Amino acid sequence: MSTQIPKQTEKTEETAAETETEAPSKGDERRAEKRRRADERRRQREVEEAEKAAADENTVELRVFRYDPDIEGKQEPRFDTFHVPFTKGMTVLDALMYARDTYDSSLTFRHSCRQAVCGSDAMFVNGGQKLACKTQIDELEEPIRVEPLPHAEVTKDLVVDMEHFYDQMEAVEPYFQTNEYPDGELEEQRQSRENREKVKMSTRCIWCSACMSSCNIAAGDNEYLGPAAINKAYRFAMDEREGEDVKQKRLEIIEQEHGVWRCQTQFSCTEVCPKDIPLTEHIQELKREAVKNNLKFW
Amino acid sequence: MYEHDVVVVGAGGAGLRAAIAAQEEGADVAIVSKLHPVRSHTGAAEGGINAALRDADSWEDHAYDTMKGSDYLGDAPAVEALCKESPEEVIQLEHWGMPFSREEDGRVSQRPFGGLSFPRTTYAGAETGHQMLHTMYEQVVKRGITVYDEWHVMDLVVTDEDDPTDRSCHGVVAYDIQRGEVDGFRASGGVILATGGMGQVFDHTTNAVANTGDGVAMAYRAGVPMEDMEFIQFHPTTLPSTGVLISEGVRGEGGILYNEKGERFMFEHGYANNDGELASRDVVSRAELTEVNEGRGIEDEYVHLDMRHLGEERILDRLENILHLAEDFEGADGLTEPMPVKPGQHYAMGGIETNEHGETAIDGLYAAGECACVSVHGGNRLGGNALPELIVFGKRAGNHAAGKEMGEPEIPTGKTGDWESAEYEFEVDVGTVGDRGPAAADGGAVAADAEGLLEAEIERARERVEDLLARKGRNHAEIRSAVQETMTANVNVFREEEGLKQSLEDLREAREAYTEVAVSDPSRTFNTDLIHTMETRNILDIAEALAMGALARREFRGAHWRKERQERDDENWLKHTLISWNDGEPELWYKPAILEGEAKTYEPKVRSY
Repeated sequence: MSTQIPKQTEKTEETAAETETEAPSKGDERRAEKRRRADERRRQREVEEAEKAAADENTVELRVFRYDPDIEGKQEPRFDTFHVPFTKGMTVLDALMYARDTYDSSLTFRHSCRQAVCGSDAMFVNGGQKLACKTQIDELEEPIRVEPLPHAEVTKDLVVDMEHFYDQMEAVEPYFQTNEYPDGELEEQRQSRENREKVKMSTRCIWCSACMSSCNIAAGDNEYLGPAAINKAYRFAMDEREGEDVKQKRLEIIEQEHGVWRCQTQFSCTEVCPKDIPLTEHIQELKREAVKNNLKFW
Repeated sequence: MYEHDVVVVGAGGAGLRAAIAAQEEGADVAIVSKLHPVRSHTGAAEGGINAALRDADSWEDHAYDTMKGSDYLGDAPAVEALCKESPEEVIQLEHWGMPFSREEDGRVSQRPFGGLSFPRTTYAGAETGHQMLHTMYEQVVKRGITVYDEWHVMDLVVTDEDDPTDRSCHGVVAYDIQRGEVDGFRASGGVILATGGMGQVFDHTTNAVANTGDGVAMAYRAGVPMEDMEFIQFHPTTLPSTGVLISEGVRGEGGILYNEKGERFMFEHGYANNDGELASRDVVSRAELTEVNEGRGIEDEYVHLDMRHLGEERILDRLENILHLAEDFEGADGLTEPMPVKPGQHYAMGGIETNEHGETAIDGLYAAGECACVSVHGGNRLGGNALPELIVFGKRAGNHAAGKEMGEPEIPTGKTGDWESAEYEFEVDVGTVGDRGPAAADGGAVAADAEGLLEAEIERARERVEDLLARKGRNHAEIRSAVQETMTANVNVFREEEGLKQSLEDLREAREAYTEVAVSDPSRTFNTDLIHTMETRNILDIAEALAMGALARREFRGAHWRKERQERDDENWLKHTLISWNDGEPELWYKPAILEGEAKTYEPKVRSY
């Protein structure tokens, strides 16, 4: 299957025919006529643009994974090809949106903020975990292969089931805990600049799950907490505002059978993290903390 | 059918804070959201949270700045509540572990922001919203609050009395995006709308694709008036190609705006002789567009924002996120070159009319955050005042819905008190087109009890979904882009009579086109075509109200500029615009702004920076 330009042309005729049959009043008639002409012009333009794009060298070829358990003909996974006109600064997300809005409105992917902060659109692009919104088309080899994140169950097209990821994130008591607050009314806890700097990178996580998808260990051990959840534990364990008692409890959580010791420092999570969080380093540091802590009781 | 005491729609800053507050009051709370909470657009807020935390500052000064910034269209009881309660809410966030930027002594940092008389904007780098959103979601997890994520709320379950102020809300109907089923959520205590912004009404916006104003449109169709919809903030520093936001924090830290000739135009062309780049957002946006319109823009489109002189260390410490955004989305290196910026739609000052407890005119229905208009921002919102609004009014709505006694409100809702009818004739038809088929889905259902009402609404919603899936017709995407194009062309920073009328005509055409809309993806699994099609209906309702309010208001106040009358007209226009749906026939009316505060009256003054 190639681009769906022919289908687009068919649609034009259908709509035009439908509009002609209904025209109750003069004003409505005039508006309907105006609208139909505008629509025709727009469709004409779109068709021309798409045809030109397909002929032109300046288009991008995307091969996109398709699957829908609900639709006969899509139950067997396949790849669809879309030719999208290239514009300067175009991202993989822009290209997918263009393909969806112009050729096939059933093309399905999560996206929202378009600026790498909501973490919705992690995908497998040319064999690597990427955020579609911050991946520039002109930095990729064509045809661009877009697939759902590996090691996750595919819901439909590029959408994967995130439940397991969320469960792991929530398994590390991912909320601030402390035993003492300052006495004064309206008084904040003090935190040194150095300590804030220490946890800063870990707080940037946007829960996109690219790291989890890239991790071989997580692929083989479904109970492994995974890089993002361990990073979340790090974010609190290293925060000086929580205090020693809480840190003790945190180290016990990450030292469990499916915790930090599973990590084999392959750095794949660190490589794919779109927020540049040094995940492997954080995991290593927690291992060291755990060892120090255990020595304390000898 | 699901049952809870309080149902919160939306899981951004206001929704999460409302849920936590309702639960603290003992209610069984559930959050229903079309996105997982951490995907909410609060996470994109960059600059900070205004709070008078320090001895040298006071809530009174914050309130004065906010009233001036609002161009005297804020309601004093709401503004004062915001400014008084923001400090304790900020400290609450800190106690929940939010990683604020810090001073040498370990206290939270504050920086200057536009329109503020004191550096009272607390922040976490240039990613304050992200940190705030995640910190509050952590508290939701800790408390075990139920979250129904990836459920798209379609409509409110509201009784059908003639007078909207007699109606009551008993829940919502929603579509489970993953499984493709419609179901109902009954709320015995209250429904709180916290659905955020409506930026998708425009085509150059800092808002997320999900910001389609669903809550505002739902409340409007159920009979709650929309307030001050014409007041839209255009942020002066967005990246030209994508609309991605470059925080006001850049100017707060000392960033400078230049035109093509290298002139520091905010001073050199006299737009703001005292505050320059740190004038209020509406002032800076108009200045930039004037530069471009008069031929001094770069590539006839944008201006430059330069922060190089701040030095690498300071930039990395306080604005690192800006470097990434400029690099990833515009290919500009903020350390070695100026960044291109232009105004972009950013924030809706208007929204669902509420009082200071978050209550709407309909019993049991609340709203908080950007979707609400309480009104603290009036004609123009100050930078750093959105995030405190989320937590202050989110908390208030949550408490009230859970049954907390909060006293008599001072702000009236619905047609009570001193309201007046508008004497304005729209030359173009507005409101419902033709007969109301299931695709239109407005008005309420009638039933003897709440449960029967929910069942009836669930059935209607199912019919609507089935109809949209079964019919043949147009794709919503072309209708949506037609709306966005006309709004950006005609209802932008500079507005004039002819353009505004044109927008209403275009919107009428779009409404007519929508009667033929259809969903071509027949799938029951994650059907985003269906969701976007339903959202487009919401965009249409909102865009129309926005253009109506803008056309009728012949004055220049805050973010609303009119060519025909380029000055503020306090004699005639010191009043809020309200638009009621009236079962498909939009009606325009007004109510006075409340300038009498607790300690003083905020007399309108000339607004210069």
